[in-house]
Amino acid sequence: MLIGRVIGELVATYKHPSHEGRKILLVQPLNLDGTNRGVAVVALDAVDAGVGDQVLVATEGFAACTSVGRYLQPIDMAVIGFIDHIELLPGVS
Amino acid sequence: MYFGRVVGCVWSTVKNSNLEGQRMLVIQPLTPELANTGQRLICTDCTGAGAGELIYWVRGREASYALLPKEPATDTTVVAIVDSVHLKSAAALDPPPAPAPAPPTRGRKPSRKG
Repeated sequence: MLIGRVIGELVATYKHPSHEGRKILLVQPLNLDGTNRGVAVVALDAVDAGVGDQVLVATEGFAACTSVGRYLQPIDMAVIGFIDHIELLPGVS
Repeated sequence: MYFGRVVGCVWSTVKNSNLEGQRMLVIQPLTPELANTGQRLICTDCTGAGAGELIYWVRGREASYALLPKEPATDTTVVAIVDSVHLKSAAALDPPPAPAPAPPTRGRKPSRKG
């Protein structure tokens, strides 16, 4: 799973039927210190997240499909939780 | 899923029989600001996306689920045509801290007469 921040939404009229009825979020993966990590990814929304939220992203098919409630469908990333706070042991950065 | 743009197509005459009739597109990955990033790749297609269109694609085993019941040998499939991207800038997401309220002033209030 990834830590990320929702930075935007996509609008797609023509899409696979399994993606209908869910928000399509652009999520920027983050490092633990809050800096960007790689390029933004596209994830379906399973928790009603919005722009600006810090979220947890499942990046594997089974987890993503089941969290959205659409088993055996072409979904490989889903926002599956909000992150309120991350606590690290002393000396870990 | 990953965001990109269709920049071409691939023709293949001899291929796995499950891939017969599948469109194969050349995809350029994009950043949310529509700048090119990373290397181009080939995706099968379940949408009918054309050249220059913005799309997003699925990676991994789930890519073949988009083409059920055939389940061809593919690991990347285009699953949607993107109409628009609604992006919020980093500055808007991290607004500077609001200025502290001014301390209460003491003494006489300024005259209203000016």
